[in-house]
Amino acid sequence: MTTTAPEAGRLEAVFDAAVAADERIEPRDWMPDAYRATLVRQIAQHAHSEIIGMQPEANWITRAPSLRRKAILMAKVQDEAGHGLYLYSAAETLGTSRDELLDKLHAGRQRYSSIFNYPTLTWADVGAIGWLVDGAAITNQVPLCRCSYGPYARAMIRICKEESFHQRQGYELLLALSRGTEAQHAMAQDAVDRWWWPSLMMFGPPDDESSHSAQSMAWKIKRHSNDELRQRFVDICVPQAASLGLTLPDPDLRWNEERGHHDFGPIDWDEFHEVLRGNGPCNDQRISRRRQAHEEGAWVREAAAAYAAKHGEAKA
Amino acid sequence: MKEPATSAALALGDDALVLSHRLGEWAGHAPVLEEEVALANIALDLLGQARTLLSLAGDEDELAFLREERQFRNVQLVEQPNGDFAHTIVRQLYFSLYQQSLYGQLAAGDSPFVPLAAKAVKEVTYHRDHAEHWILRLGDGTAESHARAQTALDALWRFTGELFQPVEGLPVDFDALRDGWLAEVTAVVGRATLTLPDGPRSGAWTAGAGRQGIHTESFGRMLAEMQHLHRSHPGATW
Repeated sequence: MTTTAPEAGRLEAVFDAAVAADERIEPRDWMPDAYRATLVRQIAQHAHSEIIGMQPEANWITRAPSLRRKAILMAKVQDEAGHGLYLYSAAETLGTSRDELLDKLHAGRQRYSSIFNYPTLTWADVGAIGWLVDGAAITNQVPLCRCSYGPYARAMIRICKEESFHQRQGYELLLALSRGTEAQHAMAQDAVDRWWWPSLMMFGPPDDESSHSAQSMAWKIKRHSNDELRQRFVDICVPQAASLGLTLPDPDLRWNEERGHHDFGPIDWDEFHEVLRGNGPCNDQRISRRRQAHEEGAWVREAAAAYAAKHGEAKA
Repeated sequence: MKEPATSAALALGDDALVLSHRLGEWAGHAPVLEEEVALANIALDLLGQARTLLSLAGDEDELAFLREERQFRNVQLVEQPNGDFAHTIVRQLYFSLYQQSLYGQLAAGDSPFVPLAAKAVKEVTYHRDHAEHWILRLGDGTAESHARAQTALDALWRFTGELFQPVEGLPVDFDALRDGWLAEVTAVVGRATLTLPDGPRSGAWTAGAGRQGIHTESFGRMLAEMQHLHRSHPGATW
């Protein structure tokens, strides 16, 4: 559809006024192309993270050490598939499709969170993911409940409720290990040592290197900068680590009275960029597993489509 | 519980535990996201049933993690490897139809299993519905899906006879269960344009001794994976 210049200007002014007034932008509303593209990129990346994020945890479903823990973990991985579904639906309101987004994921043309390229080596990693990774995700995502795009904001409200629950379960799992046998305590500490820094990287590059941040904040897609959220997360985790009876692997971590925040040591951004470039410990494994599930499932999807065509059933 | 009721709880609990575990292996491998949710959902229902039943018989974790394969009482059908999606669906179809009738009878009767059965029958009705919808799609979908579904029906058929062996302590009419099951499975498989095998569903050489603790070879490996962490930390709580 072509729009005349004065008309485009008027639409843009309506959009800007709605964002300024903290109103929600809805799928049928006019929006700048770049706003639409940014949201598709961000929501797709978020959806992909839920789907890829099932792998490191599903890795432990068959080995969970008690039936209660096994049930909790299965329910969590199921929730993640559900979150992926909400988010693909939210992305679809912007004029893309789940199939198209999955193709881009499989082709390596869209990203997912760098954190899921780390391996789950022990049972305690399941707890560390719950506490730290879900904790970081929630810190990032709670402000998204007020994001300017309505379908994304509403998906985040549902997702954050479940994520908070997962995070408490992860904390409780680590607490049980920390208070358990010596071997269990050591397992918990080792997991926290391996997951701490990658969790801090989940907030993205420092503010002065974050290419999308300023525009996203102006559009009220983002509400806080990467560094603000990272600081908030560190401040939340320090007392929680103390009550878990575990330490965080950062010799520079200390309370700064003047700032009213914890200072913390430098992040290894080289590692971050390597992981983003596909050179993390599990990048190849995660994406080939996803592709494999998709390819091996092709005949099932084709069967469902053929059946639906014959019987006028909605596509499965 | 009385001894026969305890062994019955173990038999049904082991069925649910083992099938739940197999379905849990699908996490991250399903053909569509909706099936990630559905298979995990069924696995969770079954795990819930297993926990209730094993708790009737003793400590759920001791029973799940510290018995060896000769002590497990599940039917061999539920321990069969997932195979392709058609194998998983056929295993689920055979088993859900069985479980639905079994729990239906138990819920209407008078035994320690009434509360569990009343809850489980609702869950199993959903599992059956899911399996039936998929067998229709696979059977009456493409030539490939039809062939795969038929292969799965044939391959798992020999494990179905065992479902109808009487279980001590279970007040269930197994003859009626078998007749009802056969009628239902015949009907749905027919609607799916597939055929049930002619051969025996049980017999001296066929599967049939899971309830006596005689299992198939893949089962030991499944237990090794399931139990290794629990066994590596004797006495620990999780």
